[in-house]
Parts: sequence; structure tokens; C-alpha cells
Amino acid sequence: MQIGFNKKIPAALSGPRNLTALKKGETGILERIDMSDIDAQRLMELGFLPGHTVTRAHAAPGGDPRVFRVDGSEVALRRETAVHLILR
Amino acid sequence: MDNCHGPAAATLPPPETSGKQHVVAIVGPPNSGKSTLFNRLTGLRQKVANFPGVTVEHRMGRAKLGHLREIFVVDLPGVYSLQPRTEDERVTHDVLAGTMKGLPKPDAVMLILDSTNLSRHLSLAAPILSLGLPTLVILNMADDLHGRGGEVDAKELSKQLNTPVVLISASKGTGVEKVFEFLNAAPLHLPPKPPLLQLPVLQDVPKVRDWAANMSRRTNFRPPAPPLWTRRLDGIFLHPVIGPLVFLMVVVGVFQTIFAGARPMMDAVANAIQISGKWIEATMPDTALRSLIVNGVWSGVGAVIVFLPQILLLFLFIGVLEDSGYLARAALIADRTMARIGLQGKSFIPLLSAYACAVPAIMATRTIENKRDRIATILIAPFMTCSARLPVYTLVIAAFIPEKPLLGPFFGTRAAALLGLYVLGFLAAIVTARLLKSTVLKSTRAPFILEMPPYRWPTVTSLVLRLIDRARVFLRRAGTVILAVAIILWVLANLPLHDGKAPAIGESIAGMIGHAVEPAIRPLGFNWKIGIGLITSLAAREVIVGTLGTIYGIEGTTQSMGLQAALRHDLTPGGAAALLVFFAFAMQCMSTVAVVRRETGGWRWPIIQFAYMTVFAYVFAFLANRIVSLWF
Repeated sequence: MQIGFNKKIPAALSGPRNLTALKKGETGILERIDMSDIDAQRLMELGFLPGHTVTRAHAAPGGDPRVFRVDGSEVALRRETAVHLILR
Repeated sequence: MDNCHGPAAATLPPPETSGKQHVVAIVGPPNSGKSTLFNRLTGLRQKVANFPGVTVEHRMGRAKLGHLREIFVVDLPGVYSLQPRTEDERVTHDVLAGTMKGLPKPDAVMLILDSTNLSRHLSLAAPILSLGLPTLVILNMADDLHGRGGEVDAKELSKQLNTPVVLISASKGTGVEKVFEFLNAAPLHLPPKPPLLQLPVLQDVPKVRDWAANMSRRTNFRPPAPPLWTRRLDGIFLHPVIGPLVFLMVVVGVFQTIFAGARPMMDAVANAIQISGKWIEATMPDTALRSLIVNGVWSGVGAVIVFLPQILLLFLFIGVLEDSGYLARAALIADRTMARIGLQGKSFIPLLSAYACAVPAIMATRTIENKRDRIATILIAPFMTCSARLPVYTLVIAAFIPEKPLLGPFFGTRAAALLGLYVLGFLAAIVTARLLKSTVLKSTRAPFILEMPPYRWPTVTSLVLRLIDRARVFLRRAGTVILAVAIILWVLANLPLHDGKAPAIGESIAGMIGHAVEPAIRPLGFNWKIGIGLITSLAAREVIVGTLGTIYGIEGTTQSMGLQAALRHDLTPGGAAALLVFFAFAMQCMSTVAVVRRETGGWRWPIIQFAYMTVFAYVFAFLANRIVSLWF
């Protein structure tokens, strides 16, 4: 019961599948960025472009922030940011 | 001397080239090797400067060309686009548009891109080329690109972009001569023709990115294999168990550097200052000038110069960490802990450096792009127990706390008191950070984004240039502000003259000032002598030790006692506790005030910070005096 309860909460909070769902080494395709235009443009300039692939790489101890491989470079995002990057 | 009409005159520049100074700007994304190229072009003929009204710094330098010609080179902040969203981008945009005050519009642009990541970095070529300035596109990291099996056709790219393109390795120096060729001709270049592939709408990031991808495809760009070494090293440095251990070792290493490593060099500098002071004292006749030089200048400025080795070692450490790429990993590891006090991973190294000295720490906050986080870090850095507090702490602790073992032979009451003062400063920093981040410096919800550059060997040139720059900044301050304070203090302590002789310290102007502030500091348990010390220590904290030494040395009753005994004679235990607490919290350091003004671009923040820390120190020193006085 306890485990099932714990699993439901993050899924309910995060809504659609986002970057935090990627396990280490796993790759997904970015669908959209649910953030203000300025923040979204900044992330796009770093390689988080809709339609492009994102691969989860290393993480800080404890799992946050996480490093993502995008468009030839590696960028670390905190969990609070990564949940707004929605996967296809 | 008819020689001046000889061959020597023929090499002088023609008048038209010596008239106007040409300016060329270096632009590129972060981690593209801008600074390395800038160092290659200018060497030691460079300086760091701030633009008026903004906190972003830029470096200006002179590149020597042939025929005794020189050209000004400006190194601009690293950007991915020219959309003026952040301050860095606004500065780059304004400089290139020619609307930046104090800098003429550049005559040409050098756009430097990382050739191993060309498809993405070419995105910046679109807004740069649309400026219509003569542009040289520099593809850097050629050695890395070829080493990992990548390929790019610079000639074809030049044809496609309709502007010159060169492939270089700034760190190895290969191909840099082609950059000099461009600079030699740069001002004569005509504005470029538009690229063959029509430029996209610049505001649309995906369109710009598609344009860049098309461009790199047309030039047969073959991306290199992934950086294997970087991934292998990250497997260690970001390992869930080994990573934090390495991180801890680095932290301990920085601490060791600050305290133990720098010690012999600091002692050597201190000895040199003392010996040279003694020598001057012995060789000069006993005049007021000798007293000014020995007691005023030598001891005042010398007390500060002693910290130079420590500061340089620290910057060497930070330089290696930053240039190698480890700093980004350290920031990643520290981020979660720092987030708890409202800051972020990039604040960690500056705060650690502040344990040596707040001045380099505040300069090291430049790596924090988020302006509010940067200012919060600057504001709390002086709470960290810097090494200038150590002489004061050591003196007062030794005078008032008897040494008794607490935990074994190595950890006694004195060490515990010292550790307690470190904790006190740290707690004050945390409280202040939380206060700032929940009120005036609440972050505008800008996401924390940290790029992980590939690991690279730091180059000796860039490390050396960095150290020379820091030493210059530090010595310039010691030679101006601190020198002036030392001289003024000496004058105030020796005037007005009585029968042509210096007065007793209590009757000097300094003594009168001490008496004047006495009512304000009496609640803390301080008398006028400590008052003079508090005022002189505004120049630098440890100056109070020398000042008290001078005062007690001159005064009759305390003359025969040592400094510790004299202090015990003069101060209650409550007053001693108050003095320690006051020094833990107060911003008694003009160098810090000056560097905060420089780094925040105005007087607003240093004034707020100084007032806040002084009030904080006063309130807690008052409480310390009251509480300790209850028992002793």
C-alpha cells in the first residue's frame, strides 16, 4: 500500500511524461517546454529543441540536479525545471 | 643625432594608421575558447574593465600587428544569441550595435565557435552576420575535432557564409597567424555579402537552429565522436559514492592551500617586510619621515601585502578547477545543499574562497550568471571567517581563554573557541542568505541551468595571465587606498605637536576621535583605545592588532606589559567576547567595500552591506557583552 501510494503522488503531480521520467542512459524526444517564452528560448538555445532527442546522463549525488545530453553538449537541470520539459 | 632620418624612421607607422584606433570585438558562446584566443592575441597588454552602470565586465587588450601597428581587441561575455534578455546578452548586443557608452562601435567582429559542436554553435552566426560588420568566423578546437574523427570544410563554409572562415586551435596556437592576417586587413574589409542560405527570423530559435544545421550540412561537417574521456571522468567525478569523496578532497585541498600551503610564503613575505622595515629604521635618521615610513607605511601596507601569496595560490586553485571543467561538476554536487539556503551550486566555490579572503571570493562570483544569486553571494561572503580575522581572534583568545584540554590533547578550549567563531560566521551567512533570498533578492524563478563543458587541460599561459591580473588588482589597491589610510592614521596619531614632539596617544587627533566614539561603544564594553582600533581596522581587520600594540606601547601604565597582558588589563571578559563577536560580523575591510562597489557597479550594495553588517555586529556584540558579564 505504502509503495503504491508513493508512486502515485509524483505521477499525479507531474502530469504528462517529462524529462524526470528518463532513467540513466535512456533517450526521449522532446515535445514542448511548458515555461515562459524567455526561459523556453534560453533552454532551446542550449539544445532543448522540440523534436530533438534528450538523453539522461549522470546526476548529482541524491539524483538532483540531473545532467542531460542534448544537441552535442551536456546540460544540468534541477528537477523543478526538468518537470516542465514534456516528452513525446 | 642625424639617425632619426635614417632607416629607423622608415618603420614608423604612416600617419593614417596611427590616427584612429581600430576596435575588433571577440564574440562567441560560453566555453568556445574566447579567452584563450584573446590571451593569444594580446598577451600581457590587457586589462579587465567594467562597463559603466552594468556589472558585466569585459577585457580590453592591444594586439600587436606588423609595422608597429596595434589594434584594440574587446573580449565580450559568452552568449548564445543577441536577444537582449540577460545582462550579458544586452552588453554584447549594445557593444556590437555601437550603443554602449565609452566604447566606439567595433570595426570588425571575430566570431569564435567550438568546431566540435558546430551545428549548434553556428546558430550564433545568424545574428552576428546580420549586423553587417566585417566578420571573421573562427572555428576553434581543431585539434579536439580531428582527434575525435570529426571534419569540417572551412573553405566551403566561407563560401556559404560569404565571409572569411579559419580553423584554429587557440590553446595549441595552431592557425592563430590566420587571425592576425585578418586583423591586419580588418579595417579595410568591406561589409560582408549576405550568406548563400537566406538568414532566418532571428527571434525564432528552432528556425535559427535549422538554418545552422543546414549550413553545417552544406559544408560537409562530420561531427566528432562523443568525448570519451569526459564521460569516463564523469563516471568517477559524478559517481554517487566516489564523486562526493573527490569533492570533499578538493574542498579540503582548498582549505589546506589557504591555511597551511600559503603559510611559508606568507611568513617569507612578512619577514621581508619586517627586515626591510628594520633596515630603513637603522639607516634613516630619527625624523618624523622615518616614523611615517616605518610605523605608518611599512606596517600598514605590509600587513595587507602579506596576504598576496594566499590570494594567488587560491586563484591558481580556482583557475585550475575552472579551466579543467571540474568547477561545473563541483557546482552540480553542491547545488542541493546550497539550494537549502536559497542559493545555488555556483555560489559554493566563491563562499569557500571567502575563508581565505572576501576580495578574491567576490571576484570569483563572476561565474554566477543569475544576478540575484550573485549579489546574494557577494553580500554573505564577508561573513565567512577570512584569514585577516585570525590575528585578532588569536590575540583575544590567547589573552582571555585559559588552555584546557577538551577532547584529547589536540582539541582544547582555545581551539574550540576558534571553531565556535568559524561556526558563528557561517551561521550569520546562512541567516542572511535566507533573509535576502526570501525578500529583496527573491529569484525571478529563472531556471538553474548549468552547462557541463568537456574536461580540458588548463593552459599555463591562461593560468599565469589570470594570476598576474589578480596580483595587479590587489597591489594597486594596496598601493593606493591602503597606503593613503596608513599615512592618514599615522598623521592623526602624531598631531597636534607638543613642543615639536608627537603628543601622547590620548591627546593626539586619533586619541580624540577615540574618546569621541567611546560613548557609542561603551555598551559593548570597549574603551577609547579599542575605539581607535575599531576605526583603524576599517582599513583591514588585522590592523587593530598593530594599532593596539602602538597605543599600549606608548601608554605609561601598560608599557611594560606584553600585548596580551595589556589587553587583559584593559578589557573585561564581557568586552573581550564582544570584541570577538564584533569582528566575526562587522565588515571591517575597505578592500572588500571597494571590490563590492566594483563588482556590483555602484555604491548602493556596499553601503547597504556595510550598514547591515555593522548593525548586526553591534547588536550581537552588545548581547555577548551582557551575557558573558553575567558569569564573569
